[in-house]
Amino acid sequence: MKVPKTGQGGGSVRPPSYGGGGEGDRGDGFPDYGRRLRRARLGLAVATAPIVMLFVSLTSAYVVRQGLPTLDERTNTYVRDWIPVNLPLALLLVNTGLLLLSSITAELARRQITRQAALAPVRSIPGISLGEDRGFPWLPITMVLGIGFLAGQWMAWRELADRGFYLATSASSSFVYLLTAAHGVHVTGGILVLFYAVAVSLLQKPVEARRIVVDVTAWYWHLMLLLWIYIFALLWFVR
Amino acid sequence: MATTAPVHAHAAPQGFIRRYVFSLDHKVIGLQYYFLALIAVFVGMFLSLLMRAHLIWPMAILPLIGEIKPETYLQLVTMHGTIMVFFVLTTAPQSGFGNYFLPIQIGAPDMAFPVLNMLSFWTTFVAFVVMLAAFFVTGGAPLHGWTGYAPLSALTNSGPGEQLGADLWVTSIAIFCVASLMGALNFITTTLDMRAKGMTMFRMPLTVWAWFITAILGLLAFGVLLSAGILLLLDRNLGTSFYVPLVVVNGQVMGHKGGSPLLWQHLFWFFGHPEVYIAILPSMGVASQLLSTFARKPIFGYRAMVYAIMAIGFLGFMVWGHHMFMSGMSPYSAFAFSIMTMAIGVPSAIKTFNWLGTLLHARIRFHTPMLFAIGFVSLFVSGGLSGPFLAQPVLDIPLHDTAYVPGHFHLIMGVASIFGIFGATYYWFPKMFGRMMNEPLGKIHFVITLIGTYCIFMPMHYLGMAGQPRRYSQLTEVAYLHHLIPLNTFMTYAAFITVAAQLIFVINLFWSMFKGPKASDNPWEATTLEWTTATPPPHDNFGGHTPIVNHGPYEYSVPGAARDYIMQTDPAAVPSH
Repeated sequence: MKVPKTGQGGGSVRPPSYGGGGEGDRGDGFPDYGRRLRRARLGLAVATAPIVMLFVSLTSAYVVRQGLPTLDERTNTYVRDWIPVNLPLALLLVNTGLLLLSSITAELARRQITRQAALAPVRSIPGISLGEDRGFPWLPITMVLGIGFLAGQWMAWRELADRGFYLATSASSSFVYLLTAAHGVHVTGGILVLFYAVAVSLLQKPVEARRIVVDVTAWYWHLMLLLWIYIFALLWFVR
Repeated sequence: MATTAPVHAHAAPQGFIRRYVFSLDHKVIGLQYYFLALIAVFVGMFLSLLMRAHLIWPMAILPLIGEIKPETYLQLVTMHGTIMVFFVLTTAPQSGFGNYFLPIQIGAPDMAFPVLNMLSFWTTFVAFVVMLAAFFVTGGAPLHGWTGYAPLSALTNSGPGEQLGADLWVTSIAIFCVASLMGALNFITTTLDMRAKGMTMFRMPLTVWAWFITAILGLLAFGVLLSAGILLLLDRNLGTSFYVPLVVVNGQVMGHKGGSPLLWQHLFWFFGHPEVYIAILPSMGVASQLLSTFARKPIFGYRAMVYAIMAIGFLGFMVWGHHMFMSGMSPYSAFAFSIMTMAIGVPSAIKTFNWLGTLLHARIRFHTPMLFAIGFVSLFVSGGLSGPFLAQPVLDIPLHDTAYVPGHFHLIMGVASIFGIFGATYYWFPKMFGRMMNEPLGKIHFVITLIGTYCIFMPMHYLGMAGQPRRYSQLTEVAYLHHLIPLNTFMTYAAFITVAAQLIFVINLFWSMFKGPKASDNPWEATTLEWTTATPPPHDNFGGHTPIVNHGPYEYSVPGAARDYIMQTDPAAVPSH
C-alpha cells in the first residue's frame, strides 16, 4: 500500500464512525490527523500542569525564604540576610526580546504549516497545481533564536558571576540560578523538539503529521515565553 | 487496500524484545509494572522482617547480614518505607493495573501515547535500580527515613549512608517523579480522549474514575516533589542553603546558613499527603468494582462514589500540614489543617457506607477477589478510624513519634492498598493470563493475611499509647517498655507467618499462570468492557472493532432482564436500572 503524501482519503470528510475512542483512524486506512492533533494538544495542556506546579513550588520557596530571618552567630540575634541580586538588566531584556521574537516566528511557522495542511487535499487532486510552496524557513529561525536566548542566559550567568553572585553566595542568588536553569532546561527540551520538527520536515512525512509536531511545539514555545516573562518579573520586582 | 485497515496505531510487534521488553502495548507495560512491584514488595518485606527481628532480638547476629547496628536499623526503616511507598503502593495499583485495564475498560485500543508509556515504565525501572544501588555503595543506604527530613538528609556528613547513598536516594526519587508525570499525562489524556462511543464519564467503572483522579493527583504532586528533590541535591552537592541553617556537625561548623528545614517539610508533604491518596484511591476503585460484581448488585450510590473520590482528591491537597504539627507551626494554621483533615472523614465515610450498602441484602459470591475486597473495607475502617485522632494537634503531638502512627498508616495506606492489589490480581488474573487462580489456596492466603496483618499492626496502636517510640532500634533495655516485649514478640512472629503466607500467593500466581484451569472470557459474569473481549485480550484489545457502550458499569440483578447482569455493550433495548 502506497503511503499517500497528503494523508487524506480522497478529500471527502466523513465524520468519525464513533464518538469517543479509536486510535486515530477512520477505519478506511488513513490516519485521522484532526483527532491526533486534538489528542496531542490535550496532552500538552495536561503537561502544562506539572510544569506550572514546579515553578509554583519554587516561587513559594522563594517568597518564603525571602521573608525568613536568619540567626546571626556573632550577635546571636535574628537578622534579615536577603541580598537583592544585581541582575544584568540590559542583557536580560535583550534575551527577552530574542525569546519574544522566536515566539512570533514559531507562531508564523505554525500558521504556515496549518495553511499547508489545509491545502493538502486540494493539492492531491490530479491536475491541480497550487505552485511550489516552499515557504519561509520560520522553524529553523525559531530554533536559532531559541539557541540565541540560551546563549544570552549563559552570558547573564557569567555576568552575575563577575558581579560576585555565585550559586551558593546567598539565598537570593541561589534562586536566580535555580529559576533560570529550570526554565533553561525546559527551553532546551523545546529546542530538541524543534530540531525534530525541522528534521521530519526534511523527511517525506505527510504534511498533516508534521503539522501536529509543529503545532504542539509552537504552543509549548509560547508557554516558555510566558514562563520566562513570569520568572523575569518575579526576580526583578520581588527582589 | 482498505481491507487491511488497521484500527491500531502500531502493528502487533514481532520478536521478543519488541514484544516483551520494549513493548508499546499497554497490557505488557502494565504487567511489567506489576512484576517490578512484585520484586519490590519482597525486598521491602525482607527489610521489615529484619526490623521486626531486631526489635525483639537486638543482639542477634544474622546470617549474611551480621549485627544490626542502630544506623543499620535506620537504613532499613528508610529503604523499607521508600521502596514500599514508591515502588509498590504507587506502582502496582495505579501504573500496573491502571495501565492494563484503563484502556480496555473505556474501550480504547491502547494508551494515548504508547511510546511515552514505555518510557515511563523504563524510567521507573531505572529509578528502582538506582534506589537499590544505594545499598551497595560506601556507607550504604541513607538513614533519613522515607520522608528525608532536612538537615539530616541535606548534609553529607550527618551519618553513614548520607554520602553517596543519600545522593542515589534523591536521584532515584527525582527519576521516579519524571516517570510518574509521564504516566499521569498518559492516563489523563487517554481517559479524556479515547473513550468508546457511549462511554460517557458517568458510565466509566469506578476503577477508571479512581485511576483518573489518582493521575490528576500525581500530575500536581510529583512536580513539587521533583523541585524539592532538586533543591536537596543542590544543598548536598553545590553548597546552597535552601534547607540547611547554620549547623554544627561533630564540632565542625558547616558552610550553610539561613536555610529552612521546614521548607523541605512543606514541599515534601505537599507531595506526601496526596501520595497517600495516590496509593489508596486505585484500591478504593478496585474494591467498588469487586463488591458490586460479587454482591450481584449495582454499586450503592455510583455518583456519590465519584464525587467522594473527587472530594478526597481535592481535600488531599489541603491537609499536608497535619504531618507537621510537631514543627512548631502556628496554632491557627494547625487548627485549619486539623479541620480540613477531619473533613476528609466525610467523603471517606460516604464511600464506606456505600460499600456496606452494596453488601446489604446481597447474595454474595464469596470468591477470593471478593474476600479481599471485603478485607479492604475492614482495613480501611480500622485504619481510618485512628485518622481523626491523629488529625487533632493535641492528640498528634504526644502520639506522633510513637508506634501509633505506623500502626495507623500501615493499616490504611499499606495493607488496605495491598488488599486492593490482591483483590485485583485474583479478579483480573483470568483476563490477563487466560487461566483461573486456585481458589482454596487463595482463601487460605486471604485468611492468614487478614488475621496476620491485624496481629502485626493493631497492637502498634496500643504500643504507641503505652509510649513505645518509633524509629528507635533498641527498646528491650528500656525499663518502662519491658512489659511490652511479649507483645512485640507476638507481632514479630505474626510478621514471619504473614510473610510466609505470601509465598502461597506467589506459588498460586506462577502455578496458575501455566497450570491453572482455562478461563472463559467472563468467568465472574461481570459487566465491564474487559469481559467482552477475548482472554487474554488481543493486541488492539477488541480484535479490530471498537465497542459501543449502552449501559452503566454496574447493571446487576436488573428486574425483568434475562440474566442477572447486563454487559455495558448489551443492546440499548435491554432493561436497565
